[in-house]
Amino acid sequence: MGLSTASEPTPARPADPHQPNYDDTIVKMFFTATVVWALVGMLVGVIIALQLAWWPANLGLPWTTFGRLRPLHTNAVIFAFAGNVCFLGIYHSMQRLLKTRMFNDTLSRIHFWGWQGIIVAAAITLPLGMTQAKEYAELIWPIDVVIAVVWVIFAINFFGTIAKRRVKHLYVAIWFYMSFVITIAMLHIVNSLAIPAGLFRSYPIYAGLTDALVQWWYGHNAVGFFLTTPFLGLMYYYLPKAADRPVFSYRLSIIHFWALVFIYIWTGPHHLLYSALPDWAQTVGMVFSIILIAPSWGGMLNGLLTLRGAWDRVRTDPVLKFMVVAVSFYGMSTFEGPMMSIRAVNGLAHYTNWVIGHVHSGALGWVGMISFAIIYWLVPEIWKRPLANPKGPTQHFWLATIGIVIYTVAMWAAGLMEGVQWRQVNDNGLLAHPIFLDIVHRLQPFYWLRLVGGSMYLIGAIMMAINLWRTIHGPAPQLETASTAAAGGAY
Amino acid sequence: MSTNDQHTPHESAKTYGQLHRRLFEGRAAFFTVAMTIAVLIGGIVEFVPMFTVSYGPERAEWITPYTPLEVAGRDIYIREGCYTCHSQMVRPMRSEVLRYGEWTRAPEYMYDRPFQLGSRRIGPDLQRLGGKYPDAWHFEHMRDPRATSPGSVMPAYSWLHERALDPADVTRSVRALQRVGTPYEGNLATMVPQEMERQGRQIVANLGQASIQTTWDREIIALIAYLQRLGVEGREHLAAQGNGQ
Repeated sequence: MGLSTASEPTPARPADPHQPNYDDTIVKMFFTATVVWALVGMLVGVIIALQLAWWPANLGLPWTTFGRLRPLHTNAVIFAFAGNVCFLGIYHSMQRLLKTRMFNDTLSRIHFWGWQGIIVAAAITLPLGMTQAKEYAELIWPIDVVIAVVWVIFAINFFGTIAKRRVKHLYVAIWFYMSFVITIAMLHIVNSLAIPAGLFRSYPIYAGLTDALVQWWYGHNAVGFFLTTPFLGLMYYYLPKAADRPVFSYRLSIIHFWALVFIYIWTGPHHLLYSALPDWAQTVGMVFSIILIAPSWGGMLNGLLTLRGAWDRVRTDPVLKFMVVAVSFYGMSTFEGPMMSIRAVNGLAHYTNWVIGHVHSGALGWVGMISFAIIYWLVPEIWKRPLANPKGPTQHFWLATIGIVIYTVAMWAAGLMEGVQWRQVNDNGLLAHPIFLDIVHRLQPFYWLRLVGGSMYLIGAIMMAINLWRTIHGPAPQLETASTAAAGGAY
Repeated sequence: MSTNDQHTPHESAKTYGQLHRRLFEGRAAFFTVAMTIAVLIGGIVEFVPMFTVSYGPERAEWITPYTPLEVAGRDIYIREGCYTCHSQMVRPMRSEVLRYGEWTRAPEYMYDRPFQLGSRRIGPDLQRLGGKYPDAWHFEHMRDPRATSPGSVMPAYSWLHERALDPADVTRSVRALQRVGTPYEGNLATMVPQEMERQGRQIVANLGQASIQTTWDREIIALIAYLQRLGVEGREHLAAQGNGQ
C-alpha cells in the first residue's frame, strides 16, 4: 500500500536555480564533535566495563572510580555523542527539507559552542564528584541552567527556521524534531528544579518517591525524546535518501507519530515497579509501556518497508546495512522494553544486567548504528569526496554488529542468572544463594565477555574516525562524483 | 514538494492524510501547540495526584530528618556515585525480605532529596543496612572492601579516612534542605558543627573499642553515620507494630 508521498523529499533533486545557500559549516562542526565524543564516551564505557571485571582498574583514585565514571559514560554517549548526531542531522536535513538557510548563523554557533562547553564542564565536574545523583540528570545546577539557556537558543533557531521556510508543509522528520526540541526542554526544566546549597550542590524540590517519579518521567523520556524521536526523524530523512525510495506509508507515519509522543510520556513509573510508589502509578506506567509497542513498531515497519524494492542494495551498500540493523534493533528493543515493563517480568529483570543489555541493544544497536549510517552517507555528500577507504564501512559494520551481539547476549545471560539466583529459595524456605558475593563472582566471565563486545564496538568507531579523517584531510580526489557517493554507489 | 494523491488507493486514507496535512503540516505554530498538549497530558495525570495526600506516597511521623552528620554522609554517598551500584529499595518479595529485611515503605523516603532508589545491584541493596554491621566493619570495608568482603569488586575509598569534613559546607546543606521543606528544629542550622561533633564522637568511641584511632571530623565518620541509619527507623517501627512478615 504505497500510500503516498505527501511530503517526503524528492530523492534526487534536479539543480535548482533558487537553491538557498545552506549553512553546511555548522553541519561539519557538529560532525567533528560527534566523532570526538563518540570515541570519548565509548572509551569511558569500555573502562568502566573493565572495572567491573577487574576492580584494580578503578586505579585507587577518587576521580576514576566506577561511581564517578559511570555517569560520565552515560552523559557522554547520550548528550555528547547522540546529542551531536541529532544536531548534525537536524541542521543538515531541516535546511534542505524547508529549503532555507538556518534562521540565524550566530545562534547556530552559540548552540554549537554552548553545547560543547556543557559537555566539557560535565567531563570535568563528574569525575570531581560534583553530581545531583539523578540518572542522566547528574550535572550540577549551574550547568543545568546553561543547558536550559542553550536549549532555548537552539529552539529559537529551530522554530525561526521553520517560520522562514520556503516549503509550506512540514515533512514527517520535522515533526519528530519538533517533539524533541519541545519535550526535552520541558523534561529538563521540571526535573532539575532544586534549591542550591553553594555553587556545586543542590537539593531537589521534590522528595522521596515524588522525586523518583519525576526523575523517571524525565529519565525514560530522555530515552523517548532524546534517543528515539529525533532519531526517528533522522530515519525518515536519511533512510529514504540512502535507499532512494519514498517512505512506505504517510498515513502510518501520522498515526505512529501522534501515538508515540502521547504514549511515551506515561511510561516512567515502569522503572519503579515493586517500589513503594502508589500502585495506581505503577500500573499506569506498565500499561502505557505495553501499549507503546504499537507506535514503536509502526516506526520500525515504516522504516523497513521503505526498503521494499531496494533489498538487493542492502547486500552491497554499507549505509543501508547499518540502517537495516539499526531499525531492526529498534524493533527488538522496543519489544523487549515493554516485556520488561510487565510487573512479573520486571520482578526478575529489575536491578540486573538484563537492563544493561536492553539499554545497549537500543543504544549500540539503534542509536549507534543509525548514527554511523548517517555519518557515512553525509561525509561524502558534504565534503564532496568519496571515502578514503570504501571497504571501511563494511568492516566497521561487521565488527559493530558482532560486538553488539556479544555484548547483549553476555548481559542477558548475566542478568537472568543473577536475577534467578537472587530469588531462588531452597526446600527449607531459605535462600539458595544467601551470600551475595557468590553471585557477584559468577558474573565475572560475563563481564569479560561484555568487555570484548564493547571493545569491538569501540574499535569499529575508531576505524570510522580514521577513515573519515583520511577522507576529509587526505589528498583531493581526481574524479568528483558526489552524486554517486550520495546514492551509496561509491562503495 | 511533490504532490501525492494520485497514488492513494483508499478514499479514507486520502481524506485522512489530507486532513492531517491541512490541519497540522502547513501550520507550524498550531502543530507545535497541539503536540505540546499531547506530550503534557501523561505527566500531568501522573504528577498531580502525587502531590495530594490520598493518592501520593504516604508520610509518617516515625521517620525523622537526617542529622547534620548524616546529611554530610549522604552528600558523600551522592558524590561517590554509590547509587550506580547499590539500590535502596527492598521489594515486597519473599526472597528480598529474606535477604535484606522488611520491604521498604513509602514514608521511609520522605526526607530523601534526591531519592536514591538506584537502578542496579552490582552490590547488594542498602535499604536495611543500618545496624547490620558494627561501625568498625564499615571503616575497614571502605578502606579495603576485600578485607571484609573477600572477592568484592568494589573500589577502595581510602581518601574518606583522610579528608576532613567542612561544617560550614554542611551548614549550607542543612539550610538548603530547610528551605525545601525539611522540618528541622528552628535553630539547628546554627548548631551544625556542634551537632556533627556530638554524633561524630560517638562513632569515634565505637571505633576506639575496635582499636581504631581516628577523629570525628573525617569524611568516613559522616558516611558511617549515614549508612548506620539506613532503614533503622522503618525497621523499628514495623517491629513495634508487629507488622513483620
